[in-house]
Amino acid sequence: MIRKFGFIRWIAVLALSSSLALAQGGELHFCLKSEPKTFNPVLTSDDSEEVVRYLTGGVLVRVNRQTQQLEPELATSWKVTDAGRTITFKLREGLYFSDGTPFSADDVAFTMKQLMDPKLHSVTGDAFRSGNGDVTTKVLATDRVAITFPAPVAGIDKLFDQVAIMSAKSPKKEMAVLGPFYVADYKAGSYVYLRKNGNFWKRDEQGHKLPLLDAVKLDIQPNRDIELMRFKRGELDLINALDSDYFDKLAAASPNQVRDAGPSLDSEQMWFNQVPTAPIPDYKKAWFRSQNFRQAVSMAINRADLCRIVFAGHAQPAVGPTSPANHFWFNSKLRPYPFDPQDALNQLALAGFKMQDGVLRDSGGHAVEFSIVTNSSSKPRERMATMIQQDLREVGIKVNVVVLDFPSLIERIGEKFNYEAALLGLINTELDPNVQMNVWLSSAENHQWNPNQKSPSTEWEADVDKLMRLQASTADPKKRKAAWDRVQEIVYDQQPFIYLVNKNALSAVSPNLANAQPVVLRPQTYWNIDELYLRNAGDRAGK
Amino acid sequence: MKRIRQIACVVLLAVAVMSLAAELFAPANYATQFRDELPNAGPSKLHWLGTDDLGRDRFSRVLYGTRVSLLLAPTAALLSTLLAAFIGTLAGYRGGAWEKVAMAGADLFLSLPWLFLLLMVRAMLPLNVSAFTSVAVTFLLLGLLGWAASARVVCSGARAIRNSDFVLLARASGVSRVRLLMRHVMPNLKPVLLAQFWISIPIFILSEANLGILGLGVAEPLPSWGSLLRELESFANFSNEYWRLVPLVLLVITVTSFQLILSRDEVTA
Repeated sequence: MIRKFGFIRWIAVLALSSSLALAQGGELHFCLKSEPKTFNPVLTSDDSEEVVRYLTGGVLVRVNRQTQQLEPELATSWKVTDAGRTITFKLREGLYFSDGTPFSADDVAFTMKQLMDPKLHSVTGDAFRSGNGDVTTKVLATDRVAITFPAPVAGIDKLFDQVAIMSAKSPKKEMAVLGPFYVADYKAGSYVYLRKNGNFWKRDEQGHKLPLLDAVKLDIQPNRDIELMRFKRGELDLINALDSDYFDKLAAASPNQVRDAGPSLDSEQMWFNQVPTAPIPDYKKAWFRSQNFRQAVSMAINRADLCRIVFAGHAQPAVGPTSPANHFWFNSKLRPYPFDPQDALNQLALAGFKMQDGVLRDSGGHAVEFSIVTNSSSKPRERMATMIQQDLREVGIKVNVVVLDFPSLIERIGEKFNYEAALLGLINTELDPNVQMNVWLSSAENHQWNPNQKSPSTEWEADVDKLMRLQASTADPKKRKAAWDRVQEIVYDQQPFIYLVNKNALSAVSPNLANAQPVVLRPQTYWNIDELYLRNAGDRAGK
Repeated sequence: MKRIRQIACVVLLAVAVMSLAAELFAPANYATQFRDELPNAGPSKLHWLGTDDLGRDRFSRVLYGTRVSLLLAPTAALLSTLLAAFIGTLAGYRGGAWEKVAMAGADLFLSLPWLFLLLMVRAMLPLNVSAFTSVAVTFLLLGLLGWAASARVVCSGARAIRNSDFVLLARASGVSRVRLLMRHVMPNLKPVLLAQFWISIPIFILSEANLGILGLGVAEPLPSWGSLLRELESFANFSNEYWRLVPLVLLVITVTSFQLILSRDEVTA
């Protein structure tokens, strides 16, 4: 009897596993926001190209988007030596590109050569440029390769998450890939069709060959309304990044299709123009250079309302340059500036400002009035600026909201410095603070409130310069973390950027898409693309 | 047809009165953000047309926005018509090189991508201007840039009058050039100018609405039809919320009313 039940159970398990195997697969559909200009992974520069690179490129190491830890991929192990100047990879053996050419250390050397070629101007390669001199790649064996940089590169191992290995020998050049899919078809302005790479090396825990999907069709669709409509109709399986308006509309109709993964790495912030040569009155420059003034403005802004009203609750008050979503690098001692208009007035009084008949005046009797510029293509920013306008009215400050087209805005804030305050956002794709060197160094071009300084104009900026260089020149994560924590504290105290909110990572996922676990890091919904599959794979094929 | 025009006049008058006396009808200030109530709320006793994205009373904003668009569009139309009258009459009456230069200028203005020109000019303006100044500047720009099409019409009208018998007779009688222009030519161009004025009003209302949809019209928090229409950018925002269509309906009614009234002037012209 026991044997009979055992046999039945065995049959049931067999039937279940075979039905699961049959159910897996399918053709995943989602949208690219713009036309990819290249499929060469070295030349990737925009979102759409990054999507294709992520889906097709095989990398040596991968940051697990859920745990935020580095995991082996084409490399089984790696070692950083020479104080962060050299990294040595041990490669997986017996792997093949999608076109059948074998993978070896020569391909890594070829990719690095392409990446660092100054003629190609690779954006990915820029992250590796640590100092004067060439990057040398030494093939130690067919499965071992050492890459040496002229100067230490901070967080060097994580940077290889972005480097898709290209084949040195394949006649198909960049079209030969090591990732889960390869580009099988492309119709300009219409779609990119990716087919399963039969030579992909990964298997899941049950030993199934990955990826589970048969293909991915990326429709090129810049219109968000049409994308949402197609998702509702079931023509798309996911929307990787949703606005809060769309999210709530979709949530009202089908709550099981939307996912809020919590605060993302992206931030929205405002800042005052502190450029000494800016064509604005000297008394205004004095306000903007006052730490008390900046802190007071920060305290007078109701961030909770910004999150609740502008982002319908799908955002969190921001603290500083690193979002709480960045588990390792966020300084957890810091809290968002509390909304306290009375404290703001006290702070302003310390800097010599006085409230007279509901109007704030400086020690010279000038009424405090300034304009905030933002870009016309962002409704949330316009709304935030209008809310800040009302918040600051409570402390007697008159704010004029000015919306400009993007090129005019960039000209004002980056070339002519003819503005008073600006409100913009920062899209952060990297966890490592080293990528923010071009923001925090006083000599940097993106040091927005006072860029391209010959020498730091304030003591605290000199301190930030030192700390940023320190974190960049050491390979010790603890020392780097301590330095970055201190930078966050200085920035919190000085408020050169008044951080407003961290938007949540919102996405829409069809219930038919199995194994989807949206996270805050890009690409939020399909980071585990090789494990995704469609439950009703046959339905769409039938249609 | 006469009855329809009368109805159009009444509708326009009602819209104008409601907007000019917005303080009496509006339940709240157009800029007040009722943050504790739900933004994007539906119609209620307190907010007849609900609230907008920032919790501002939509009915009040429609009234004040109508005032802005209805007051400033005719002002811009008047400015552009005056410019067109001056340039067109001078060119048509004097003829020859005057006409060639003026019409070449008009052609140049007509061939310019006015939207980009407006964006460029607006980007060059000082930043610290009040919301009302920004709206006045927007319409002033519209008025300054919108004379060319009208000037061509006026020019051809003036040319016809120049060659008419009564002008020839007046000239032969020794009437001075200025008197000829002011007493004989201009009064005969009045219907054409009036028609151009009425045509320009809806054009400027729509132009401001276009700028508003791009986010470059009237500065916040002052409303205008353009900024109110921005709410309709995304169909996801107003599906099943038909009260959001009120600014659009009002715009259509007003522009149609202007066109119906205009048809009388065209007949006269």
